[in-house]
Amino acid sequence: MVNPAKMLEERKTVQSAGPSKVKLEVKNFNFYYGSFHALKNINFPIHEKKVTAIIGPSGCGKTTLLRAFNRMHDLYPGARYEGEIIMHPDGINLVDPKTDPLRVRMRIGMVFQKPNPFPKSIYENVAYGLKIRGIKNKKLLDEAVEKALRGAALWEEVKDRLQTNAYALSGGQQQRLCIARAIAVEPEVLLFDEPTSALDPISTAKIEDLIVELKQRVTIVIVTHNMQQAARISDYTAFMYLGELVEFGPTEKIFTKPEKKLTEDYITGRFG
Amino acid sequence: MKQSLEAKLKEFDVEGYTHGVRKRDRLFEIAGLIATLFVLTFLFAVSVDLLIDGWIRLKEPSFYTSFPSRFPDQAGILSAWVGTLYVMAGALFWAIVLGIPAGIYLEEYGGKGKIARIIEVNISNLAAVPSIVYGLLALGVFVYRFKFGESVLTAGLTLGLLMLPVVVVSTRESIRRIPRSIREAAYALGATRWETLVHHILPYSLGGILTGLIIGASRAIGETAPLITVGALTFIAFLPPAPWEDFIGMLKSPFTVLPIQMFNWVSRPQEEFHYNAAAAGFVLLVLAFLMNSIAFYIRFKVRRKYQW
Repeated sequence: MVNPAKMLEERKTVQSAGPSKVKLEVKNFNFYYGSFHALKNINFPIHEKKVTAIIGPSGCGKTTLLRAFNRMHDLYPGARYEGEIIMHPDGINLVDPKTDPLRVRMRIGMVFQKPNPFPKSIYENVAYGLKIRGIKNKKLLDEAVEKALRGAALWEEVKDRLQTNAYALSGGQQQRLCIARAIAVEPEVLLFDEPTSALDPISTAKIEDLIVELKQRVTIVIVTHNMQQAARISDYTAFMYLGELVEFGPTEKIFTKPEKKLTEDYITGRFG
Repeated sequence: MKQSLEAKLKEFDVEGYTHGVRKRDRLFEIAGLIATLFVLTFLFAVSVDLLIDGWIRLKEPSFYTSFPSRFPDQAGILSAWVGTLYVMAGALFWAIVLGIPAGIYLEEYGGKGKIARIIEVNISNLAAVPSIVYGLLALGVFVYRFKFGESVLTAGLTLGLLMLPVVVVSTRESIRRIPRSIREAAYALGATRWETLVHHILPYSLGGILTGLIIGASRAIGETAPLITVGALTFIAFLPPAPWEDFIGMLKSPFTVLPIQMFNWVSRPQEEFHYNAAAAGFVLLVLAFLMNSIAFYIRFKVRRKYQW
């Protein structure tokens, strides 16, 4: 048996309670792969400049939900969204077929499960998002690349070899490079899909510190199958099971006084 | 009589078994080596034989600067090698502008359903169609229907068509090798399909695409049958106009190519002409070798830049 209260003791920041603005609002959201009903009537808010963790056992739909936020499903045939994911302050519905996925992806960045840098130089990796946004000024790009790499706590390690291929970096460094690449374009929301599952404990700790650091600037949604990780870094936690949202609330509450029996069973490690 | 598994495992002769397996490994290694050496020796023998037979012609500078002639010692390959250059340039052009986009379309834009699979199989089958069939098709379509004549243009189109299946298939395969995660990384940053294609997919798969192009070109450069069918000349005592002076005139010009010149010389009774044929064959080999070297060099460069 795991003691969930113990997990919270390792929290990386003490969170001042109190309401904050809502950045994304998932409303009556359903998702289908062909005829398979993968996500069932999901409702919950994502707070601005907070870390929201989505947890749940394998196959519960957490990654599917995350990939709906930046319309990644549009790349593959047979995906269908129903309901709304409203983005504030302008109130556009991210999953409306009339909303161009490009518009969504320009504002919502993503870091994937396995580090996936482009087989190009470190510099080109970070500058890529800016280049496709039409920024060509060398000086601006240089500054933005440095800022992003500093933001991803990678600058000191790579500043003397910006022109080397990103594949020369270690796995943990590659993942931080991917974070730098994502934050270089200053997205409003950053999605993390189990960003540390392919990394060693030391690299994992660095990435977790980084995520906590980043929430000062950007709203973060992280999918993790590691409950300790959710407890350590998130402000809010959403627990999903079999395509449904079982419970959502402040992380402290979910880990100490969950309302549903199912949540408690999962948190305490009775199944999963 | 049935034995238990344990008893069988106990009886198992580890010593004898490993000895036997090692011996089999060794045997295969030797067989493989012999096969490799055989292939290499054969290639080497052919090249050296051509070189020796053709040497008396190859060493004459006039061999490269003279038109064909009925006197073997005055006959040269000028019109043939120039024709080969023009025709191959045309073939490469068509293979690139038709084959690569077709490969990209089928892999990136086309569906993945049953029809797509039927198309895929049939494109692969096209690669096995005998070249003379391409020649007949070209005669009917390009020479008679479109009235391109028995020209450099027709020859380039014909050989370009011949190269297409290899180019399409290799383009698709090298695009397919790029991991999905790389595409998703580009899309997640807000790249369009076109940007993902031009900035990532094409550069990363260039090595494989070029390989396909060169394999196709190596096949095309030695082709004789389809060009005879579309009306290559065997005796031609002038060059097509230079493309920078009269591009259309160059395209419409009659032509010959090295393998046809070779074929013509081999079929003559005088032995001296056979030396010319050997010399022309050697030149053809050198051209093919050069082409492969260039491809090898480009691939090496690309791989250095985009290592996985």
